[in-house]
Amino acid sequence: MIKQPLWPRLRKRFILHLDPVLLAALGLLMLTGLIVLYSATDGNWSRVLAQMVNILVAFICLWLVANTPLHYLMRIALPMYILGMALLVGVALFGEVSHGARRWLNIGVATIQPSELMKLAVPLMMAWYFEKHEATLTLSNYFVATLLLLLPIALIARQPDLGTAVLISASGFYVLFLAGLSWRVMGAMFVAALGSAPVLWSMLHDYQRHRIMMLLDPTQDALGKGYHTIQGMIAVGSGGVLGKGYLHGTQTHLDFLPERTTDFIFAVYSEEFGLLGNLILLGLYLFVIARGFVITADASTYFTRLMAGSITLTFFTYAFVNMGMVSGILPVVGVPLPLVSYGGTSMVTLLLGFGMLMSIHTHKKLVQT
Amino acid sequence: MKGRVELKNSQREIYYFRLRLMLSLGFVLVMLFILLARFVYLQVVKHSHYQTLAENNRISVAPIVPNRGLILDRNGVVLAHNYSGYTLEITPNKVGDLEATIDQLAQLVDIQPKDRKRFKKLQAEGHDFESLPIRNRLSDEEVARFAAQSYRFRGVEIKARLFREYPYNEQTSHLIGYIGRINESDIEQLEEDKSAANYRGSDYIGKTGIEQSYESELHGTTGIEQVEVDAGGRGVRVLSRTPPASGNNLLLTLDAKLQEVADKAFGNYRGALVAIDPNNGEVLAFISRPGYDPNLFIDGIDEDSWNELNNSPDVPLNNRALRGQYPLGSTIKPFMALAGLYYNKRSPSHTISDPGYFTLPGNSHQYRDWKKGGHGSVDLFKSIVVSCDTYYYGLATELGIDNMFNFLSQFGFGKKTGIDLEGETSGLLPSQEWKQKRYQQKWYAGDTVSAGIGQGYDLVTPMQLAFATAVLANDGVGYRPHLVRQVQHGGSKDTPIPEVNPAFTINLNPEHVALVKRAMVAVMQPGGTAAQAGAGAPYAFAGKTGTAQVVGMKQGEKYIESQVAERHRDHAWFIAFAPADKPKIALAVLAENGGHGGAVAAPIARKVLDYYLLGKVPKPLPTVNDVEVEHD
Repeated sequence: MIKQPLWPRLRKRFILHLDPVLLAALGLLMLTGLIVLYSATDGNWSRVLAQMVNILVAFICLWLVANTPLHYLMRIALPMYILGMALLVGVALFGEVSHGARRWLNIGVATIQPSELMKLAVPLMMAWYFEKHEATLTLSNYFVATLLLLLPIALIARQPDLGTAVLISASGFYVLFLAGLSWRVMGAMFVAALGSAPVLWSMLHDYQRHRIMMLLDPTQDALGKGYHTIQGMIAVGSGGVLGKGYLHGTQTHLDFLPERTTDFIFAVYSEEFGLLGNLILLGLYLFVIARGFVITADASTYFTRLMAGSITLTFFTYAFVNMGMVSGILPVVGVPLPLVSYGGTSMVTLLLGFGMLMSIHTHKKLVQT
Repeated sequence: MKGRVELKNSQREIYYFRLRLMLSLGFVLVMLFILLARFVYLQVVKHSHYQTLAENNRISVAPIVPNRGLILDRNGVVLAHNYSGYTLEITPNKVGDLEATIDQLAQLVDIQPKDRKRFKKLQAEGHDFESLPIRNRLSDEEVARFAAQSYRFRGVEIKARLFREYPYNEQTSHLIGYIGRINESDIEQLEEDKSAANYRGSDYIGKTGIEQSYESELHGTTGIEQVEVDAGGRGVRVLSRTPPASGNNLLLTLDAKLQEVADKAFGNYRGALVAIDPNNGEVLAFISRPGYDPNLFIDGIDEDSWNELNNSPDVPLNNRALRGQYPLGSTIKPFMALAGLYYNKRSPSHTISDPGYFTLPGNSHQYRDWKKGGHGSVDLFKSIVVSCDTYYYGLATELGIDNMFNFLSQFGFGKKTGIDLEGETSGLLPSQEWKQKRYQQKWYAGDTVSAGIGQGYDLVTPMQLAFATAVLANDGVGYRPHLVRQVQHGGSKDTPIPEVNPAFTINLNPEHVALVKRAMVAVMQPGGTAAQAGAGAPYAFAGKTGTAQVVGMKQGEKYIESQVAERHRDHAWFIAFAPADKPKIALAVLAENGGHGGAVAAPIARKVLDYYLLGKVPKPLPTVNDVEVEHD
């Protein structure tokens, strides 16, 4: 055996499966998050440090998944989905209630939020299912896949966690769409959804209805539910073209912005960096999405194509829903700004997804060469 | 052939897939473009609108702070109320040179150095964006003078608001507590309770006492006013208004007049008194002395006053009635006597001979009786009347600490009474298990001996002892002590007074209780330890004296009150209830460093009972500082 020189060995061991272009863009987004977090917490280093730890943990997850060959990912799809469903049923039966919603499950050592696991497990399961039946796809396969999607969504919407339910619906729909669901069926689904809207409306919780109503007229309940939307819009609008300058957002520092480290961090950013900052941020997101599409287009198997496409489009959905709700064109549904909002769980989930993208990209290359 | 078909299919599949991917990209671009358009709309087209809103944010949606509920005594006497007044407020970040501004203001209105200090403190605690008071309670003249000059002062405003006032000052300070400005930790708590929205615009929150414990009742619901503002931030017209709902008034169980009588009865003594109606747990008087002026705290206390209160050796900020923990002393004896009867260790007729001390078998250590030479032949009745220590040394030894623990804890010793005030301490009722946990030591026979006369590890708060006395007075039926009789919703007086039910009933033999009560009546009669205080009372009056040691005495040393530094003198205890056959009031009095319970604490109780039962207002007291006492 000829011992290889050190550098190629290190390279092979540690960075071969990372995608430097994608990683650089993700890093810039996370750095932006840290900078805004410092302002949003009035200069609280311990929160910034805590977020750095979150990023580190999430990055390790990314690295591990990026180094995992794809057949392993396929193998865990079914067990992960079953485990996730079991946990969701567990939450419905024994979950802990916090802030009026039953989302957490105490498993002795820690409390976990199984709906977070499902963000990856559902598209993984659906992609795996399509891969299995690739050769003989019929309409009934799409029907089964839709069922695989609707079961966890029903459980999550009941918790109630509208934000997560919307994101998972989107990720599942993307799989269906990319798997080639016919336009006619999609049209029929759309009509059905429109028809069932009144039924859904009656099933929503009061606070969810409230939030949707508030979108139509936020001034109705200006101190209560509409407060988030109004203050978010004021923050964004008063930022102007160039922004008020870093650490100088009055909305932020006057305590007018609620949840300004998490769901409303975009308002802080937008107030301090203005339209110019927003353009840069949109550019960064678009870059990440474009890179994701390139990886998707190059993906070698049916499974990886569906998975890569769904991950990329879901990431876009995150960003769009968050910025949309802060700027007042979507209801407030509790979706963080991806890679920027404070919080460890969503960071881990997101980077796990990007880890899969990198694995899809790099392992395919290895096969080819 | 077959291979070609598959290849073709696969190529077609990839073609369709990429087509859909391109469609997705188009979708993404369109959506991002919509977002961008929205940003342009908000940040360019409507920028000046939102900029104005941001600048005058406070005014555009203005909360209307509700009036805080009043606190009244059981007869409607006002203990905490609001009055309207003017305050001069500065928003630091709107003012260029803060010091110069304050100097200029000082020429128009009276601003003391302590006002400046207090302002600095508020500024350090809060944000520069907030409007903070530099002077409260301006006179009409001062308001007029500033109004004429107000154009010179950007960022300085006169505001009309309600001030809280506590007319009884020190007398009810530990009971009513006070409100103060909302600080960071209050905000965290409010956010946790999901009530932060209701406090938008509120500057004050209950910090201690009833004001804290009943915050949610007193605060009320905040209203909203949407005001159209001009570019200068001034309100032009009101667009909509949701009126606030005032906080609920609290009708206390307290009798303010009784409270006043009790407070005055203490003379110069520090200490505490809690009086309870044993039939329902209503707290009639609640004294902790010295008190402090709660009015000082409302707008942030100035540093000098704070240091004075905080560094005083009298610790006026300590709520002695609720949190002060003292050894029980001889007030434990009626309860011990009941324990002896309950466990059949003593019969009413059982007599011991008291040589003036007690020894454990095989040990020469003498546990001394307070009376040199002893009380001679003593039965249970006499043991209470003369407060014979030797009797209880022996009884405790025979009962054992675990029986004592089990029996006494029924009266609430060693646990919180559950009164509706926050911050209660639980005292301490020792047991073998407790000592093992706390000191990793086993329980010694000698520990039991001193526990028998309440001079061991045991600790009790005046609140607990008053409660235990009330339970005894009511033949073992306990009602949870409470201070709020009625919450008057929306200020209506028709709200029914909630019915109270017994919290527990102790299984006691009525004959045993009657015997102990008779002995406690005899304590107040000639030959008893509090005969002086009982003299001439037109009602039957049951009591028991006690002394809580501050500094332990060495074996063979004699306690001579005049030779002991004042703060090392014993604390005087007294418990009582009256009328003895159908008690209407039960109380516990503690006079710190008062020495002997019979001489100092019992007369205080007598004045309280005289007022409550006879309506007699006592004459001003002679000072009771130097009284010749016989140790009990």
